[in-house]
Amino acid sequence: MESVEKSIPGLSGNVLLYKLKRRLPYIVSYGVLAITTLPVIFMYLWLIIQSFAGKMKYGLIPQDFTLENWEFLWTNLIYKGIELPSIWLATGNSLLFAGTLTLFEVLIGIMAGYALSRLSFPGRENILKLTMILHAFPSIALLIATFYILKFLGLYDSLFGVVLVKTALQIPMTTWIIKGFFDDVPWDLEWSGLIDGCSRLKVWFRIVLPQVKPGIAAVSIFSFLSGWSEFLLLYTFIISQDNVTLASFLQLLTSDPNQVSYGVLCAISLFYLLPVLVFFIFTQKSFMQANVGGVKRA
Amino acid sequence: MKNALKKWKLPAFMLGPFLVLIIMFFFLPVLLTAALAFTNMGPSMQWEFNAVQNFQKLFSDPNLTKILTNTAVYVGFTLLINVFFGLTLALFTTYFARKERHGLFFRTIWMLPRMSPPVVYALLWVWFFDPSEYGLLNGIRAIFFDLPPINIIGNEPMFIVILANGFIGASFGMIIFSSAIKSIPQDLFYAASVDGASHWSIIKDIIMPAIRWPFMFVTIWQLLSLLTSYEYILLITDGGPLNESEVLALYSYHKAFQHFEYGYGAAISLILVVIALICTFILWRFFRVKEMMRTSRID
Repeated sequence: MESVEKSIPGLSGNVLLYKLKRRLPYIVSYGVLAITTLPVIFMYLWLIIQSFAGKMKYGLIPQDFTLENWEFLWTNLIYKGIELPSIWLATGNSLLFAGTLTLFEVLIGIMAGYALSRLSFPGRENILKLTMILHAFPSIALLIATFYILKFLGLYDSLFGVVLVKTALQIPMTTWIIKGFFDDVPWDLEWSGLIDGCSRLKVWFRIVLPQVKPGIAAVSIFSFLSGWSEFLLLYTFIISQDNVTLASFLQLLTSDPNQVSYGVLCAISLFYLLPVLVFFIFTQKSFMQANVGGVKRA
Repeated sequence: MKNALKKWKLPAFMLGPFLVLIIMFFFLPVLLTAALAFTNMGPSMQWEFNAVQNFQKLFSDPNLTKILTNTAVYVGFTLLINVFFGLTLALFTTYFARKERHGLFFRTIWMLPRMSPPVVYALLWVWFFDPSEYGLLNGIRAIFFDLPPINIIGNEPMFIVILANGFIGASFGMIIFSSAIKSIPQDLFYAASVDGASHWSIIKDIIMPAIRWPFMFVTIWQLLSLLTSYEYILLITDGGPLNESEVLALYSYHKAFQHFEYGYGAAISLILVVIALICTFILWRFFRVKEMMRTSRID
C-alpha cells in the first residue's frame, strides 16, 4: 500500500515532466516566432494608429482621433516653405508608371515566352540559358551606364525611359515564368488549330493565349506591384516636379524627419501602401506558393 | 531561301522586343561600364580616356579602408542573419508548426516587409529609431524603463542597416528553405519518429541533407545581391553619418550621382560587375538554376 501511495504522485509528476519535455521544442519554437514577429506586426499596426491620432503620448499611446493627418489628400503640403505638387499628380504618375510597366512586361513576356516554349529556331537553347543567367545578374551595378544610355536616347527625366529600363530588368524573370505556363498547354490544341487552317500567330493569339490566363494575371499583379513600389530608378533618373511619383514624394518628406510630423508621414505611407495591402489580404492563401523563387532582392 | 526566311520570321518577330531590351539595358551597359571606367567623364559627359588613373585614385582613396571594412561587415553579418534566421523561420514554420495554418500565418507576416515599398519600409525603421522622443523605441524606453532618448541610427548606423536588410533577406531564405523542407516526403518523418529519433537527429539527418543545395544557393545569391544593393542603406542612413555606413556599391552611386564623377563611379562599379559575373557564373555552373526556376511557377 505504502509503495503505491508514494509512487502515484511520483508517476504523475514524471508524466507531466515527460509531456513538458516533449512539448518543449514546440513551446520554444512558437515563443521565438511570436517574439520575433511581434515587432513586425507592431510597426504596421502603429502606422495605422498614428495616422489617425492627433497627439501621441510618448510617441506611442494615441490621445485623440483626428483626420488632420490626411489633409494632404485635399490640400498641397508645404515643405520647407515650398508648396509641393498635389498628391494626386504623384498618384497619377505612379499609376501611369506601374500600368505601362505591366503592359510592356506582359506583352513582351507572352511573345518571348511563347517563342521560347513552342517555336524551334537555332539559338533557342542559348537564349534560354541567357534568360536564366540574367535573372541572377544584379543589374543595379549598371546604373551609371544606364544613365548614359538614357541621356543619349534623350529619355533622361522621362517616365517612359524609366519604364523601359525597369521592363528590361524584369523581363528575363517574367518571360521565364510565362514560358512555364506555355509549357503546360497541350500540343493537341495547337495542332487542331493548325489543321483548321489558322496561321501559327493566329493559333497563338486565339487558342493558346486564353489557356495561360492565370499566368498572365499573376505576372500582371507582380509587375504592377513592383512598378508601384519602385524607388531607386525613379529617384536616380527623374528630376522634374511634373514627373514626381509617390515613392519620390514620400522620400522627399522623410529625408528630413524634423520637417513633417510622423502622423502625416504615416498617413501618406498608408495611402501609398493601399494597393499592396489590398493584394495582401485578398491573396493570403495562394500567396506563399506564388512567391516561391522570390523576385525582389534583399 | 524563301523557306528559311519564313522559318525565321515568326521567332524573330516574337523575340524581337525582348532581345532589343536585353541588349540595350544589359549587354550595352556592361560594355559601357567597362569603357567608362577608364575615362574621367564628369558632368559635361565628355569621353576622355585616362588609362588606369581611376583605379590608382581608388587605391589611394583615404575613405577606402573604412568603406571596405563597412562592406565586409555589412555583407557578412547581413548574410548570417539572412541565412540562419531564414533557416530558423523555415524550420519553425514547417517542421515545428503543429498546424499548417500556423506556419502559413507567420510566413505571411514575414512577407509584409518584402512586399512593402522600400520607402515605406525605410520610414518604419527611421521612425522606430528616431533619436527624439517621438521615436517608438524611445517611447518604449520612456514608458517602461523611464530611460532618456537615445540616438541609435546616429551612433550605430551599421547595426541598423544590417538589421533592416536582414529582416528583408530572412524572408527570402525562409521561402526557399520552407519549400525545400515541405518537399521532403512525409513518410520519412513518420518513420523517423516511430524509430524514436530525436528532433535534433531528424533535423541533422533528414532536413539538413535535403536543403544542402538550397542553402548554398541562398548564400551565393544573397552574397551577390548584398554586395551590389544599397537601396535600403540609401534610404535609412544615406551612408552617413560621415561615411560610417557607406559601402562600396553606395560609394560608386554617390560618386556618380552626387559628385558627378561618372568615370570614377564606373571604375568602382566595374569591380562589382566583375565580382557579380563570377558569382553568376558559379550559380549557373553548379546550381542547375534551371530546376530551381521550375519551382517558381505560379499555380
